Amino acid sequence: MSKRVAVYRKEHFNAAHRLYRPDWSAAQNEKVFGKCALPNYHGHNYELIVKITGEPDPVTGYVVDMKWISDLVQAQVVERFDHRNLNLDTQEFKDLNPTAEHIAIVIYDLLRPHIDSKQDLQIRLYETPRNFVEYPAQ
Amino acid sequence: MVYLTRIEHFNAAHRLYNPDWTPEQNDEVFGKCANTNWHGHNFELFVTVKGIPDPATGFIFDAKKLSVIVKERIIEKLDHRNLNLDVDFMQGKLCSIENLVIGIWNELVPALPSRVQLHCLKLVETPKIYVEYYGDKFP
Repeated sequence: MSKRVAVYRKEHFNAAHRLYRPDWSAAQNEKVFGKCALPNYHGHNYELIVKITGEPDPVTGYVVDMKWISDLVQAQVVERFDHRNLNLDTQEFKDLNPTAEHIAIVIYDLLRPHIDSKQDLQIRLYETPRNFVEYPAQ
Repeated sequence: MVYLTRIEHFNAAHRLYNPDWTPEQNDEVFGKCANTNWHGHNFELFVTVKGIPDPATGFIFDAKKLSVIVKERIIEKLDHRNLNLDVDFMQGKLCSIENLVIGIWNELVPALPSRVQLHCLKLVETPKIYVEYYGDKFP
């Protein structure tokens, strides 16, 4: 029986954003997105938890080197998003509404190519202490 | 003396920059916090009042009423806003949390009943950074 272990790494980034559709009126945006659509942006301390599941390497005992994951997340995610405006400063959200759901999917797609294909990857993203998303959903 | 604290929160955008400086000077002093397109935080505001419990209620002040006052007077102005652009009491001020906590204090004191003494405001910007203000006037 294979022994699969899940390892978790926490990182964070602080960013501004707003939620809106450019093809909707201001009234429609306010109705659907409420205060999140305010035009001068607001922000969050995002907390990111990266979960990798796999078998521990028989030589090192690691599923994955945590320092390597931290460096990967810093390079692929934090460098892109930290202290930025997600709507204005990033390619990923130029035409994509930066909801927590979309941010989690984007982060997954940024990290997945770098993770061993035999290992599972899951992203949990806290937008606030009370609102968080997971992708892929179990 | 007993100290009662109510915690509220708001999510806001801001940037740190001095309008009298060049972009290079702002980058050198404020780093990533000077990003022209803003960044943001989930802020937490700890409002501490002090007093002696009223023998009739056991309260220094009703924490629910304190929450209503803080939400109406402060949170409504800050939540889901841009602190540099949208907040009347921050106009013309550099938008550090040091200046923000002083601005919040000055807005809040007149809104509290005279028998309620505001003791301290603690404003948390990130899990590692917060400021406290006890209302001291600067010389």
